[in-house]
Amino acid sequence: MEFSVMMGILMEGFALTAEIFVITLVGSLPLGVVVALARMSKFKPLAWLAQLYISILRGTPLMLQLMAIMFGPYYLFGLSMGSDWKFWACAIGFILNYAAYFAEIYRSGIQSIPRGQYEAAEVLGYTKAQTFMKIVLPQVIKRILPAMGNEIITLVKDTSLAFVLGIAEMFSAAKALAAREVSMIPYAIAALIYWVFCLLIEFILNRVEKRLDYYHD
Amino acid sequence: MESKAVVSLTNGKKAFGANEVLKDISLTVNAGDVLAIIGPSGGGKSTLLRCMALLETLDSGDLSYGDLVVCANNGEGRAVYGGKDVIAQAKTRFGLVFQNFNLFPHYTVLQNVTDALICVQKMPKDEALARGRELLARMGLADKESMVPCDLSGGQQQRVAIARAMAMNPDVLFFDEPTSALDPELTREVLKVIRDLAAEHMTMVIVTHEMGFARDVADHLIFMDGGVIVEQGSAHEVINNPQHDRTRAFLSNYDRD
Repeated sequence: MEFSVMMGILMEGFALTAEIFVITLVGSLPLGVVVALARMSKFKPLAWLAQLYISILRGTPLMLQLMAIMFGPYYLFGLSMGSDWKFWACAIGFILNYAAYFAEIYRSGIQSIPRGQYEAAEVLGYTKAQTFMKIVLPQVIKRILPAMGNEIITLVKDTSLAFVLGIAEMFSAAKALAAREVSMIPYAIAALIYWVFCLLIEFILNRVEKRLDYYHD
Repeated sequence: MESKAVVSLTNGKKAFGANEVLKDISLTVNAGDVLAIIGPSGGGKSTLLRCMALLETLDSGDLSYGDLVVCANNGEGRAVYGGKDVIAQAKTRFGLVFQNFNLFPHYTVLQNVTDALICVQKMPKDEALARGRELLARMGLADKESMVPCDLSGGQQQRVAIARAMAMNPDVLFFDEPTSALDPELTREVLKVIRDLAAEHMTMVIVTHEMGFARDVADHLIFMDGGVIVEQGSAHEVINNPQHDRTRAFLSNYDRD
């Protein structure tokens, strides 16, 4: 097989990889905030529920979670889902899983903001929501950026787990190519593409970190 | 001049668990008055100020800002606070300056002063910016408006915090040990700003360990220990001629310069 054809197939897979990556972040970054706030809620049942959620999603393999979501509707309710379902099952699985990890990172950031920041905002008359959105969250983002970078880089490579659902993302494409060509080259190229993608993300994260460097506490 | 109570507290009590921090405190601050509160650490000064600033809730007592009743005792002698509107309105009546400044580190100096005006008081943006700049100029910080707090000295940060509190146009300013985190030089610079405010008849309540300053600036002084007001009177009288042994013992730790 010509190299360009192989590259074409891998890049097609990469488009799906990138899609899973972006959808996961778009869903899990805000969901993580919600879970973190629930986890810190003074209403205990909600806090326990959030803690249970985090515990289960961090404590079981993502691969199993993906399969549970994929096949759950059929085995539990006898529902037959459309052909689009496997992609959405994958997206939901990734979002729910990453939200659990992000929630704990947000929580570490939120709890590191000094009490005095809340008190200053309270005395000035900020509402709870304003205090969180304007005063706390911007400071939290700066503090958690390195930890978030870690998770985001991990996500790039975790997208390869989508292969268990038969989604033709880059890892699945490389696997198929390797079997057909009896060669390790497709894997090597895929590895290179993952790495280049991660380099790009590191570059962006560094830029954001620099932009937030205008102050320190 | 007609004197009018800006804030008054009657029979305020507060306990943290079994620890009674405030035992039956009453005080009134009239418009234009400067009240200093002194006393040993753990004597209840900060808790008193925090209760008045609504950062802590009183267990018992009546608290009002002018004609606005913030909390009042019910039949069983427990303080019942007003609703959200009352609390929100009360917060427009006072400003609080903290020991550790508590500026918002991600905001510029000007944003620190104007943000609450814009997003809490809904003041038009240019009006808020003009007010912020005017206050910063009064604090001698006109050239610092686009800097962030971490690039300022402690004294400058505290002056920004004073401007931020002043911006809301409060009836009374509370200071919780405003110079305790500062070295003597920076302390002088912040105290000068507070003296200037006193000269302009800003109503203020100042918890402080600066005795010379308290004597010179305050009209009235309260010495607190063990959750009670041990002694009070004119600032000069109490500091130069304390009547109670406990006050004398406390003041003997300071040079009366």
